Amino acid sequence: MLARSSRRSFQRLFDQVGPVDQIGIEERVAKYGTRSIKKGAKLWGLKTAVSMVDLTTLEGKDTPGKVASLCQKALRPHDDPAVPQVAAVCVYPAMVRHARRALGSDTAVRIASVATAFPSGQAPLKTRLAEVKAAVADGADEIDMVINRGAFLAGEFGLMQDEIAAVVAACGSATLKVILEVSELETYDNIRAASFLAMRVIRPGDFIKTSTGKTSLNATLGNNQVMLEAIRDFYLDSGIPIAMKPAGGIRTAKQSLTFLIAVKETLGDAWLNNARYRFGASSLLNDLLRQLEKESTGAYQAPYYFSEAAESY
Amino acid sequence: MSRLPITKTPKVYVGGAFIRSESARVYPLKDAAGEFYANIPQCTRKDLRNAVEAAAKAGPGWAKRTAYNRGQILYRLAEMIEARGGEMSAALVLGGAKPAAAAREVTASVDRLIYYAGWTDKYEQVLGNVNPVAAPYFNFTVTEPMGIVGVIAPDSTPLLALISLVAPAITSGNTVVALASTTQPYPAILLGEMLATSDLPGGVVNILTGFRKEMISTFATHTHLRALGGVVNADERKALALGAADSVKRTHLLKTEDKPDWFADTAQSVYAIRDTLEFKTTWHPIGA
Repeated sequence: MLARSSRRSFQRLFDQVGPVDQIGIEERVAKYGTRSIKKGAKLWGLKTAVSMVDLTTLEGKDTPGKVASLCQKALRPHDDPAVPQVAAVCVYPAMVRHARRALGSDTAVRIASVATAFPSGQAPLKTRLAEVKAAVADGADEIDMVINRGAFLAGEFGLMQDEIAAVVAACGSATLKVILEVSELETYDNIRAASFLAMRVIRPGDFIKTSTGKTSLNATLGNNQVMLEAIRDFYLDSGIPIAMKPAGGIRTAKQSLTFLIAVKETLGDAWLNNARYRFGASSLLNDLLRQLEKESTGAYQAPYYFSEAAESY
Repeated sequence: MSRLPITKTPKVYVGGAFIRSESARVYPLKDAAGEFYANIPQCTRKDLRNAVEAAAKAGPGWAKRTAYNRGQILYRLAEMIEARGGEMSAALVLGGAKPAAAAREVTASVDRLIYYAGWTDKYEQVLGNVNPVAAPYFNFTVTEPMGIVGVIAPDSTPLLALISLVAPAITSGNTVVALASTTQPYPAILLGEMLATSDLPGGVVNILTGFRKEMISTFATHTHLRALGGVVNADERKALALGAADSVKRTHLLKTEDKPDWFADTAQSVYAIRDTLEFKTTWHPIGA
């Protein structure tokens, strides 16, 4: 329950950025799944989705060896040279230097690192900024930060924005992705409001990102749509293009195509590239490769022909 | 007062749920008198793909059950069919069988399940082995289920043939995606309803209905299917053999023209279980 003063500040913010029509959003995203995507478009979509993947490993049991093999997969996802490289690998700060060693310096695959006491963000600001600087110094091209949800929910929007601005400064030339952790924001109105607060302090080309992947509810078409519409409205107001990254829970090629439909129909073709849209995922890449192989051979593929498919037997 | 006829649009049993075909298409089924009886789901290769995914999900859990427990569950499935034998007979009569022949087929189907229920914890003793080797090793061979098995059921004795093809595969822990008879799908649909009330985990047996020509090539080429069994004609055999060679899967295909007799003693055997097993031989060092 919000205190009275924070309720007033939320009301002011909602009045500024506009409310979200929850029923309308859900009706709209339910339609995306019904689009019929035929062969050529499907092939294009699958390859584009591969090029948008932030291949992620964020586990306590990550080792330099595991990160190195992840990097090899990022560089060469499949035998077929027509399959593009992924956009980036996404690792913990301690793994950045191992990823840099595996990828080398002359590569199009970027290194993203979660920082700022991911996933909770509950550490002193000084510590969080030091983590960002260390990751950038080790060779990270992109930083995925978490917002201070506690500050947001308490209505302390200034504090939340100041912290994001401090991280922007600490990033230097590295791209920033601001994780809103939508499952902890609870309503679509809050997601839209938090998106606007973040977009006002980050630079053109920086990202807003749905979630950490560490909570029960991650990227859904619904909250993806709310954020895409926030990006659209912000762009129409200010002319500043902000990029978007849904993360967590996107496991199948079909899901990723549906997300791309949402992007195309909300933001248009300018956002259909990996500078403006990414997927944070670990198992998605295998399913994309599997479907690409199906498209080229005509035969449905077993998941165990692709690496790291532990679910098969 | 006359009643409206209650015609049906039944659904097929896939992944532990009753589904309509992905395309939402159906084809009409007529009863023996030529009257419209039901709209049967016309499944396609996409339903086959989804069924394989469901089978893959169910597979590890089913294979990990104890042999004893798999036997209990197969026995329970037989109980379910026995208890609803009259209904199942009626479904067979619907397809043109004489009532006495239908009753005989249902009885034989129940007996076949009981037969394989008995084998679940015994085939390993027959098919596995301790092998004599001339070195200080304990050398033994054990069996493992292959994975997902595709079954293509014939039009004659549609229930008994389907069960005779499915039961030996699931006895050892495989999962099955079966295509029921096109002309007589109703017993298979009813079987799905009985599977749902047995303790067989969802996804272990998945039953599709529809036209063979829309699914044969996918049965042949899907690399996740590890083996194929069924009764098929010459053209289908060729298509299946070519696709199976490409995707390296085992085939046990009977010929439609041979009219296999599913009532015969030879229609049930431990060797039918062996058909969907892989053998693993291990050399274990021992002291002098």
